Amino acid sequence: MSRETLFNAALLLGLIAVPAWAVMTDEPFTITLATRAVILALAAAGLNIALGIGGLVSLGHAVFFGIGGYAMGILAHHAQSYTPLMEWPFLIEGTKFMPLIWLLAIVVSALVALVIGILSLRTTGAYFIMITLAFGQMFYYFAISWSTYGGEDGMSIYVRNDFPGLNTLAPIQFYGLCLAILVVVLVFSARLRRSPFGLALNAARQVPARVEAVGMDPMRLKLVAFVISGVITGLAGALFADLNRFVSPTMFSWQFSGEIMILVILGGVGRLFGPVAGAVTFVALEHFLGGITEFWHIFLGLILLAVVLFARGGITGLVAGKEATHD
Amino acid sequence: MTETILATYGITKSFGALKASNDISIDLRPGEIHAIIGPNGAGKSTLIGQICGSLAPDAGRVELMGQDVTTLSTDQRARAGLGRTFQISALAMEDTVLENATLGAMGASGRPWRFWSAALGDRSLRARAEAALERVGLADHKTKRCADLSHGQRRQLEVAVALTLEPKAFVMDEPMAGLGAEGSKNLTGFLDSLRQEAPILLVEHDMDAVFALADRISVLVYGEVIATGSVDQIRSDPRVREAYLGESA
Repeated sequence: MSRETLFNAALLLGLIAVPAWAVMTDEPFTITLATRAVILALAAAGLNIALGIGGLVSLGHAVFFGIGGYAMGILAHHAQSYTPLMEWPFLIEGTKFMPLIWLLAIVVSALVALVIGILSLRTTGAYFIMITLAFGQMFYYFAISWSTYGGEDGMSIYVRNDFPGLNTLAPIQFYGLCLAILVVVLVFSARLRRSPFGLALNAARQVPARVEAVGMDPMRLKLVAFVISGVITGLAGALFADLNRFVSPTMFSWQFSGEIMILVILGGVGRLFGPVAGAVTFVALEHFLGGITEFWHIFLGLILLAVVLFARGGITGLVAGKEATHD
Repeated sequence: MTETILATYGITKSFGALKASNDISIDLRPGEIHAIIGPNGAGKSTLIGQICGSLAPDAGRVELMGQDVTTLSTDQRARAGLGRTFQISALAMEDTVLENATLGAMGASGRPWRFWSAALGDRSLRARAEAALERVGLADHKTKRCADLSHGQRRQLEVAVALTLEPKAFVMDEPMAGLGAEGSKNLTGFLDSLRQEAPILLVEHDMDAVFALADRISVLVYGEVIATGSVDQIRSDPRVREAYLGESA
């Protein structure tokens, strides 16, 4: 077993052990913190597919996070106010049913990622970053001016949405649900990177000319990666909104896009558990340093600087060394 | 009618006032190695770019197996049977030798759209990739990262990746570049046997290799083909001697 596998297993076991630890130490708030870390890890796991394997430096992933958030907010808002979403040409009602909310989050994220991808993948480098950033700002300002759904103030959802067989208001159960989704996505990511698609995408990042020369279109590979990536981050947005029972335009903000990217870089770009390591570190710093000083971002900045300068593989690379080749 | 595998008809390409390709018509017949030679700046790379699809000609057309491929993209031409190697190795350096070869096998099968099963676990892809590596003599280095290969091994892998496509025609851009005398000799022997599988359009600076291998040679000077013929014809052509070979021939 490689060191990275051990590191990943330790991280996962740590996350699984959080509820027990929280109960033993009688600090239930730890579970909420861990839920936040898990959901952020999920958002970053989405970006990690585009950025880590495909090399797409998207500074607009908050778009999908926000779409997930508003999918939840809008459906739940209509459900709690007993008003239909629309009546014509056919009646659509709000819902408090999580799987339906996730479905909407996924479908809309996929469509938006497709459009943004088609338009922005014509460019590379700094231009790609700028175009994705611009799309993020468009959605941000749209959300601010969308007064039907709270405008700048956002929307509060009073009761967390339902999942069959679970009491989602119990922090442990909601945490378990989020962690299960993260694990499913990580398993999918692990398979994806070894699949024909993953191999081709990985090569499309390194040498697009080669990929073309063997009969595959690097653009199309990257577009599909961008859509998959957006869908995962969108799903994370729906869960994040449910965690806070609150949605606001902040979810669309470019600062949040940057935050997701920081998580990926901190944990290790392209490493399977990089987003998890990054999110856990981030939330821990935010909580502990944030308790000491409100300027904790300075320390985050220093750590990020250190990682970028001295530890290219992020925390994962620091602990587990270079990525092992697989046969 | 002589069967041609790959042909250009009156290809012309200008960059501003510079005519990089001026009315170039060349063809590649079954079983032959057709070498393109010419001094630096003669337009060899521009010609290859237009044949492989990375550059669009201003006029003229490219045909592969009798099919007009002028408007096809690079990846479409590769799927149609054009296997190319690059002057500067274009390999996924972080990936292993086997992964690079598998990439070619995948592209040839035209289906990278599988997200769950492991690429290296696919028997048919793997068999194809391993067979190609075996042929160029890289079978013992399968699990090495490409970045850890020697320059010569990268050149071999470059050819192996093209082999996995099982192409109808090879386009090789200076496959001997940077190889020592020994490596150059080995590759020459290999290409010699390869022409029976698919003809090779060979752009090469190594004159020993060209004269040893080529069935026909076309000489490109300032974007124009000034002569096409057998090795002997080209050696004795006064225009060629003047323009290109100079005193060395």
